Amino acid sequence: MTDQRSQAEIVRQSLKRRYRKERRFRAYGVLAIAIALGALLTLFTDIIGKGYTGFMKTTITMDVQLDGEMMYLDDPTDERQIKMADFVEPLIQALIKEIPGATEEQRNQVRELINPYASVALRDALKANPEWLGTTQTMTFLSHTDVDVYVKHAGDAAYSIKLNDQQKAWVDELQERGVIETSFNDVFFSGGDSRDPSKAGILGAIVGSLLTMFVTLILSFPIGVAAAIYLEEFAPQNKFTDFIEVNINNLAAVPSIIFGLLGLAVFINLFGMPRSVPVVGGLVLTLMTLPTIIISSRAAIKSVPPSIREAAEGIGASKMQVVLHHVLPLAMPGMLTGSIIGMAQALGETAPLLLIGMVAFIVDVPDGFFDSATVLPVQVFLWAGSPELAFIERASAAIMVLLTFLISMNALAIWMRKRLERRW
Amino acid sequence: MQPANLLLLTLVLAIVAYWLGYARSRSLAMPLGGIRHLKSLPFYYGARAALWSGIPALIVLGLWAAFQGKVIQLIVIGGLPDGMMPASQGEASLLLSKISNVASGALPPGFAEAPIVDAAERLKALQAQSRLLMSALVISVAVLAGFLGWLRIRPRLNARAQVESILKWVFFACAALAILTTVGIIFSVAFETFRFFEKVPFTEFFFGSHWSPQTALRADQVASQGAFGMIPLFTGTLLISAIAMTVAVPVGLLSAIYLSEYAGKKVRGVVKPLLEMLAGIPTVVYGFFAALTVAPFISDLAASMGIEASSQSALAAGAVMGIMIIPFVSSLSDDVINAVPQAMRDGSLALGATQSETMKKVIFPAALPGIMGGILLAVSRAIGETMIVVMAAGLAANLTANPLETVTTVTVQIVTLLTGDQEFDSAKTLAAFALGAMLFLATLLLNVIALKIVRKYREQYD
Repeated sequence: MTDQRSQAEIVRQSLKRRYRKERRFRAYGVLAIAIALGALLTLFTDIIGKGYTGFMKTTITMDVQLDGEMMYLDDPTDERQIKMADFVEPLIQALIKEIPGATEEQRNQVRELINPYASVALRDALKANPEWLGTTQTMTFLSHTDVDVYVKHAGDAAYSIKLNDQQKAWVDELQERGVIETSFNDVFFSGGDSRDPSKAGILGAIVGSLLTMFVTLILSFPIGVAAAIYLEEFAPQNKFTDFIEVNINNLAAVPSIIFGLLGLAVFINLFGMPRSVPVVGGLVLTLMTLPTIIISSRAAIKSVPPSIREAAEGIGASKMQVVLHHVLPLAMPGMLTGSIIGMAQALGETAPLLLIGMVAFIVDVPDGFFDSATVLPVQVFLWAGSPELAFIERASAAIMVLLTFLISMNALAIWMRKRLERRW
Repeated sequence: MQPANLLLLTLVLAIVAYWLGYARSRSLAMPLGGIRHLKSLPFYYGARAALWSGIPALIVLGLWAAFQGKVIQLIVIGGLPDGMMPASQGEASLLLSKISNVASGALPPGFAEAPIVDAAERLKALQAQSRLLMSALVISVAVLAGFLGWLRIRPRLNARAQVESILKWVFFACAALAILTTVGIIFSVAFETFRFFEKVPFTEFFFGSHWSPQTALRADQVASQGAFGMIPLFTGTLLISAIAMTVAVPVGLLSAIYLSEYAGKKVRGVVKPLLEMLAGIPTVVYGFFAALTVAPFISDLAASMGIEASSQSALAAGAVMGIMIIPFVSSLSDDVINAVPQAMRDGSLALGATQSETMKKVIFPAALPGIMGGILLAVSRAIGETMIVVMAAGLAANLTANPLETVTTVTVQIVTLLTGDQEFDSAKTLAAFALGAMLFLATLLLNVIALKIVRKYREQYD
């Protein structure tokens, strides 16, 4: 009796301590989740904070006097003349006129506010409208990157402002008068890479990514589904089938950079395919995503109940008809979901593409599968490595675009899973 | 014709073959009294003709497209005058890029030697010829094979059985591609690795403690001998992976435990997708975060405490890599914990144990092998991770265990050695493949062990 009571006593006495331990254990769990979610939140705020200004551009709007004499140009339709003509001078003169205190002696300081590509824009405008020669036009040009940085980040210690005090005062005044303005950065979405951050865009990288993804999709989806069908429905139970399965499982866990080595050695060195083209990128990513697609497609086929197969076989369908007419359509939503997730992985992949040379500096938007191209994540990598903070800003903005693509792809996959997948 | 257009044309031809086959089977059946006198449905006769036309044409197209580049290169190089014949593979690739630059117009012909210009002309002619030949061959194969297939349509022919067996073989080939990929990986790294060991002794690579892969451009240059000891690379990789695991394992495991044992359905429904989001973020984004936010933060923090830290510290890369791996550890542990039978949980709770005691004393020991398997998979992922370390870890191969110093990893060196200008023959590029081989073997070993453990564990409770 006394023994039992004392045991109960011991238990009761220890309860407080045990409950405390219980609470502490729970708190550890909450803390772990808080750390993980905190990291996610920090990552997002950091990137958005660094990059949202990348979606803005700084422009200068001024009245440009297109004086033929000043530009050494009398016939804008003449290719030779237009090549030789001076398109910088009218811009400098126009800006000097906009700045009240500026004199001809300060022309070099004024010139440093205008983007180096503005003269190209002026030339193209005159080429398109030859009748403008001799008139005065109100036109909008990109500002110099230094002005852009100053306008956006004047108070930020991380950015070094390259303008001198005189120029800063000018820019402040021009901004007040509405000559220098910030607006939505359409250049970022309509151009390729550039050495000048203000002129750099992601259209080339997006098109490169789309071309690469297209190759990946049209190769990996049919091959992955076919392989899954074979392994689930036709493969005999033998050593060779086991070997295939072991291979697929291992390939799913092989580091992506190894696929880059494979691409370099086989596609480029053995087959002599060109470097840095979307086709080779697509082939490498296909090999990389195939295991993911095969594994998820197999799961989808497995989830189709045997009663469907038996019913079809019962009314005389052949094995292939059972699979193609009944199992495949029912498994399709699951297969598509898995493929979208695999494609999202491939879209964010960088390392193997570095090895097959998709890191080149490419200005033009690629116009085919055999044209040199880069992809969005590699563009981020290239800009992130730049010492110029204006490029870092672009890299963050490009990351936001990339994440938007990825999140919408994943959301689509989740939506499809919820909407289309049938529970048996 | 471009290969892509040719591919489309082949598909069009296959569709034409389908319709012709379909029509022929019907017209053959008409005099017999309708399609019920055919052995198979007309669809299968059409499909058979399409497969006959399409498959051989696609095989020819694939082989031609794969090998034409190499063959043309060999012919062009072979056609050079004796004096310009390249001595090594490196020279050959240099010459070839020069020739193709002239051919594409990137390099004006005036800037190149006459034989190069000739070779460029020849290259252009050969390319045009090859394209023409390829188109002719593929189209004629498609038409001829399709015609043969069409011709052999008979009412007694069991087209369905034939189509199905062809399809089965196609499916088999797709599945076997996995083996081909593995073989491709092994061969591509193995060849270059062997060539690497012809230049650099075995012992130096495995036991050398110094890594600086600069090979000489001139024979009399200072430090003409590169050093290829991989020990600093492997310790660097292990250091960063260890840091990553110290972040990922506790956080991942505890959050998995909380989510599977404590959290309500609602919390689970919100937190789990958010955690999985961490897995969906591209590694280049983590690299960006590590290099530009975490690394400066760590070195500032260390400086404020009076410790010196490198701006490319192993700690920054490792910690961010750990964050990346959290969802990997947590989802694998979640599966494993959920696989422990409910009866064990109920038994422990019925004896009066608290939830945490049940977890620590009953479920965790039961799930341990599976969790270990999951952790091994996570380690293999950390070792093979590339972008984070390329962006946030350094290039200096220090042999150190101090997480605040710069270290370099195997993957960083592979990328550095293979991007940028390279000759394909130097010990430098071959070293990248040797490192790749080591990486492949290490991760393969980890994966095989981990998958075996996980599978064994699953069988235990099934």
